[in-house]
Amino acid sequence: MTGFKRFIPLLIVLLLGAVFFKSMTDGHNPKEIKSVRIDKPAPVFSLRLLADEKIQATDAILKTGKPVLVNFFASWCAPCRAEHESLMTLAFDKGIPIIGIAYKDDPIKSQRFLDSLGNPFAQVVVDRAGRAGIDWGVTGVPETFLVDGDGIVRYRHWGPIVGDAAIGRVMAAVEDLE
Amino acid sequence: MIAELGHFALIVALMLAILGATVPHYAIFRRDTRLMALSDPFAYGQFFMAATAFGALMYSYIISDFSVLNVAANSHTSKPLLYKISGVWGNHEGSLLLWVLILTLFAAAVAWRGKGLPLRFRSRVLAVQSTLCIGFLMFIIFTSNPFLRLDPAPFEGNGLNPLLQDPGLAFHPPMLYIGYVGLSIAFSFAVAALIEGEVTPLWARWVRPWTLAAWIFLTGGIALGSWWAYYELGWGGWWFWDPVENASFMPWLAATALLHSSIVVEKRDALKSWTILLSIIAFSFSLLGTFLVRSGVLTSVHAFAVDPERGVFILGFLAIVIGGSLALYAWRAPRLTPSGMFGVVSRESALILNNVLLSTFAAVVLVGTLYPLVLEAINGTQITVGPPFFEFAATVLMSPLIVALGFGPLLAWKRGRISRAAQVLIPAAIVGVVTFWLVIWDKAGGIMMTGFGLALAAWLMVSVLMEIAERTKLFKNPKKFLTRLVRLPRATWGMSLAHFGLGVIVLGITVSEAWTSEQLRVMSPGDTAEVAGFEFKLEGVEPIAGPNYTAVRAAFTVTRNGELVAPLYAEDRVFSDPPMPTTEAGIYPLFRGDLYAVIGEYLGDNRWSVRLYFKPFISGIWVGAGLMVLGGIISLSDRSRRIGAPAGRRRSKPKQPAVPVGQTQEG
Repeated sequence: MTGFKRFIPLLIVLLLGAVFFKSMTDGHNPKEIKSVRIDKPAPVFSLRLLADEKIQATDAILKTGKPVLVNFFASWCAPCRAEHESLMTLAFDKGIPIIGIAYKDDPIKSQRFLDSLGNPFAQVVVDRAGRAGIDWGVTGVPETFLVDGDGIVRYRHWGPIVGDAAIGRVMAAVEDLE
Repeated sequence: MIAELGHFALIVALMLAILGATVPHYAIFRRDTRLMALSDPFAYGQFFMAATAFGALMYSYIISDFSVLNVAANSHTSKPLLYKISGVWGNHEGSLLLWVLILTLFAAAVAWRGKGLPLRFRSRVLAVQSTLCIGFLMFIIFTSNPFLRLDPAPFEGNGLNPLLQDPGLAFHPPMLYIGYVGLSIAFSFAVAALIEGEVTPLWARWVRPWTLAAWIFLTGGIALGSWWAYYELGWGGWWFWDPVENASFMPWLAATALLHSSIVVEKRDALKSWTILLSIIAFSFSLLGTFLVRSGVLTSVHAFAVDPERGVFILGFLAIVIGGSLALYAWRAPRLTPSGMFGVVSRESALILNNVLLSTFAAVVLVGTLYPLVLEAINGTQITVGPPFFEFAATVLMSPLIVALGFGPLLAWKRGRISRAAQVLIPAAIVGVVTFWLVIWDKAGGIMMTGFGLALAAWLMVSVLMEIAERTKLFKNPKKFLTRLVRLPRATWGMSLAHFGLGVIVLGITVSEAWTSEQLRVMSPGDTAEVAGFEFKLEGVEPIAGPNYTAVRAAFTVTRNGELVAPLYAEDRVFSDPPMPTTEAGIYPLFRGDLYAVIGEYLGDNRWSVRLYFKPFISGIWVGAGLMVLGGIISLSDRSRRIGAPAGRRRSKPKQPAVPVGQTQEG
């Protein structure tokens, strides 16, 4: 091999190295599956409130003109317990309203979970069958969505919000909207 | 104390590696042969120290010394001894230590067996090998030390992933590693040759047995892994084109190509530049595999615990090793001028076709594996590349390879006459075509692909037999057939066996893909289900207890036309440390195919979900791989038996080199 050809293998390797370096350092998690909901309207739903089974809440509760977080949680989910403290911070220190969706959970147990740890949610609706979870495209609990004032999903946090860095990322997304 | 000894041995090994990587180059610069000769003891010393460190870690595992973090995180007292030992390489740190052990083992082997190499060249090779050792030892010592202590020591360890507690998997990683790391010798030879600026037929003769040995282990390791997936994962498949499976397959493809291209270098003094490049690429693929499982850039069932610091370190090391060697190649390649010329229809061009197809396939697998990653880095789109892509590529690229494989060994060097080769192979072609049409006619599989696959397998196997017949003049002069058969060089037997093995693999894949019968049933004890003419009767389900698991075991009896064929036992195990369920498929291999049963969930009311299969001739996949390994071993044994013997000049000369490697007194 002579001329330029002999540099081709080297160039391919350098290019691959750059791609690897980028995907390792940009905080990318290969297990994370991107949400297809981003920049699309939040799914329509009508679910009973945890507090009162006679009252149905719809997606109208998301369109308040202010950014709202939607958090999927369950009493059986250990990471939800871990992120609970961050939700309290977001709700009470940062003043962001959070709608909780109790995912595939017994309402009595969901209530007990909130009673023992504190309730960061403005409203909690019950998704006993997991139908809303399918509509939102959650890949597991916990998962948190940021919905803007017009009901458009703007950001999705995959997995538990644990630590200042994770809270910071959610806050940055909220501030982007304002 | 023992762990500290291991830690200390690693540091000494690093010092020796640094000396081993620098002193020989200086010695060659000064033309000081006494100093050059030091590269041997440096290699032995590194091996001794790596073995000490590995032994120390293994000892800590065997006595369950949970004050060592690595042992506490990956072992448990209730594990059987075999899995305490295999647990040593069942984790990131331990597997790296195994990697270093094999790396130094190969270096020591070159020092020991390579006395026939010119001293100057041998010390260059060992210096390159020591450079590789430096990288891995630094990686271990600075980011992945297996000897870190834990204070206070826990009472009990976390245990090993139960999926790995399996005899097949106890030996799959070491075999694969010997294969991966064995390619480092071809790499070191290539880089040394580039530094020296010269590639001779002798170079190819030295490098081939090392490549062949690595190839044997790589083949065995991959086959063992897929066999494990087949009986342990319980989904009936055996290969998934998972990124890490691909990572082991790419070096195999490159090593196979290298094995064939170095024949051309040795025999005809041609293809030098390409062979050097291939040696670098083959080992680079090994390094890429190691990188992929440890860096967390891709998801896979095989991935080790992920740590970005490690990922960046190993990426930097890779950039130096692969980038550096390819830069050296770009600089030096123009010096490697070919001297041998050959015609279009010749053994050489058949081998070139083999190389083009194998390396194209390796490139396609690389693209398929990394495409999702590259795409996401460019525009954030997430996609996956699945089996259909790879299967299509395999069909398109491997079919012409198999067709050419029938011709190749019959073509003469320099100028072959296709007509003569064709005469011999016409019977093979006829058998292939007839099989093809029979299947289309019968519509048994209902698909063209099955007929095509069967025709390829038949073509390959018959042409291998025809080639042996041709070499032994079976049809021209049958009297001396047996004498000639016995006299065939082992290298020829090895080649024929390996090629025949490929035919058996193709047959196994085609038949099992086309005619597998599957039943998903809910059964209670006493129920029967029919699969492909076999009656599976569920006799009963009972709980059993193993050393560190509890299980339910379903007992089936399989009958055919009222006659007992075999009992089958399928288990669903739940391990205690860590808690995790695994399936153990009940498999009974018959000549015609495998009976395969998996027990699933308990549905209440004494009913169980079960999956029952009959997989015709699926064992052909592993039998074929076994034949390939056997062929490699026989071919390798030929070389070592012919110590010092001159190259044969007879017409029935083996296709593969007759002169042993590292035993000649040249230089």
